[in-house]
Amino acid sequence: MNRSRSRYWSYIPLVFLAIFYLIPVYVMVMTGFKGGDEISIKEMWNLPNSFDFSNYKLAFEKLAPNLWNSLNVVLPAAVLSSILGSLNGYVLAKWKFKGADIIFPLILFGMFIPYQSILIPLVQVMDKLGLYGGLPGLVLVHIIYGIPITTLTFRNYYASIPNELVEAAKIDGAGMLGIYWNILLPISIPSFVVVLIWQFTQAWNDFLFSVVLTSPKNWTVTVALNNISGGQIVPWNLQMAAAVLAALPTLLVYIFLGRYFLRGMMAGSLKG
Amino acid sequence: MRNKKEKWLAFLLVSPSILAVAVFVYGFIGWTTRVSLTAWKGMIPDYTFVKLQNYIELFTNNLRFEIDIRNTLIFTVIFVFGTLLLGLASALLLDQGLRGEGIFRSLFIFPMAISYIVTGVVWRWLMNPAQGSRLSGLNLLFHTLHLDFLNSLYTATPEWGMAFIAIPAIWQLSGYTMAMYLAGLRAIPDELREAARVDGATEFEIFRYIVLPLLRPVTLSAMIILGHMSLKTFDLVIAVAGKQLPLDMPSINMWQTTFDAHLYGSGAAISILLLVSTAVLIVPYLFFSLRKEGQH
Repeated sequence: MNRSRSRYWSYIPLVFLAIFYLIPVYVMVMTGFKGGDEISIKEMWNLPNSFDFSNYKLAFEKLAPNLWNSLNVVLPAAVLSSILGSLNGYVLAKWKFKGADIIFPLILFGMFIPYQSILIPLVQVMDKLGLYGGLPGLVLVHIIYGIPITTLTFRNYYASIPNELVEAAKIDGAGMLGIYWNILLPISIPSFVVVLIWQFTQAWNDFLFSVVLTSPKNWTVTVALNNISGGQIVPWNLQMAAAVLAALPTLLVYIFLGRYFLRGMMAGSLKG
Repeated sequence: MRNKKEKWLAFLLVSPSILAVAVFVYGFIGWTTRVSLTAWKGMIPDYTFVKLQNYIELFTNNLRFEIDIRNTLIFTVIFVFGTLLLGLASALLLDQGLRGEGIFRSLFIFPMAISYIVTGVVWRWLMNPAQGSRLSGLNLLFHTLHLDFLNSLYTATPEWGMAFIAIPAIWQLSGYTMAMYLAGLRAIPDELREAARVDGATEFEIFRYIVLPLLRPVTLSAMIILGHMSLKTFDLVIAVAGKQLPLDMPSINMWQTTFDAHLYGSGAAISILLLVSTAVLIVPYLFFSLRKEGQH
């Protein structure tokens, strides 16, 4: 049929689109491999003469403290906001108290606000609590502003579990916490993966909170990268190697857990 | 009355989160609103009430804020339509059961996993406006491919530099709209198209009169999500352009006004205006999304 043959023409635009998406990656990765003698921007599209890892090594040495800071913020933030989201989601889906249907959208609104609108009091409060400048404060902020999206994802998941399951367990004498621990928590492991990697990615890629709340020695990798980029001080092949290193953790998560990443992405548009 | 006790326990379980959101979202918004009505300038808080003075100053002879509004409009229009069109086009191309669909899909979405800072750092080099012997980046590529008519000054273009910052933003988020459209397309029953084909409709007519109208809810959701993102755009502009007045956005203006110039009252006012414009998009969206869910 002519329709099935004509669809093969679709490969032409698809390949052009693929090139469009890959160009920045090509420039970033290949430039990172270039030695000092071939970093002229006139040659930026050429393949490197040899695969020289020294830039990546140098960039790693430069960024290592910041990568470590990011990791120390992102892991606890992702884990704790997922746990809170799961508990909230469970209660808001299966143990609705009076006003729960009003509280849920009020919580959700928190994920759409421009964070500029809370920055001034945030800095004041963090300062009062002695958390300004350090990493624990940043962790706390990521946990709190992560609550809306984690709650949403888990609530949507738990809402899709038949109420009969919960009712049956109640008749068997299970309590609220028992039902969560023995029945809903085990079956929501995939949702945990979705939420964990989403929160990991969001917190890793955050710039605003980190730049406002941390002192230079506690800068996360995005702030450090922004600081070395653009200028003439750091050679541009080193900048590109640094960009690759900053992107690598979330890219690896995407490559190996892409399916879950996609579900997290779609949850953000309230479609669960 | 075991049930009642359990309900209390349930409420207790969520109360830390509710309290945290109540304070860190609503309490803080309230506090920022208060600051926006004060004369606070300098390092020491000054809560002298000045009514709407800070807002009035933003809208009277404030060149920077005028630039902000213009830039936000330019960026939003190009970013939202570019992302929707590219997302829809890639979704339509991929919705034909072609071999290698999964690979293309993954390729189109991966920029979502990268931070705006990384994206910005790379695109800053790609969109290098230098001309003549210093030609580089995309301009150099176009020159090599004899596509010189595509040569551009990018973010250095007078008046319209902001439009070019939408390009990396489109690069980053078109995979997201593609995924949304793809899910929407998969939800359209095949029988519908088959029936139209039997009735003699062309593929274009099927697209125009059946597929596109059925995708309207997806388009609307995507427009709102992307629209509110573009109002908040911050990191990407910083990474691509640094802090230049012609490429200023309200989010950057707020940051510099507050934390560099220490004009807290004025910075708070900018952020509240930003919040209100976001809320105008998001509140009805939340309302209708959740109401629709309740009907199911």
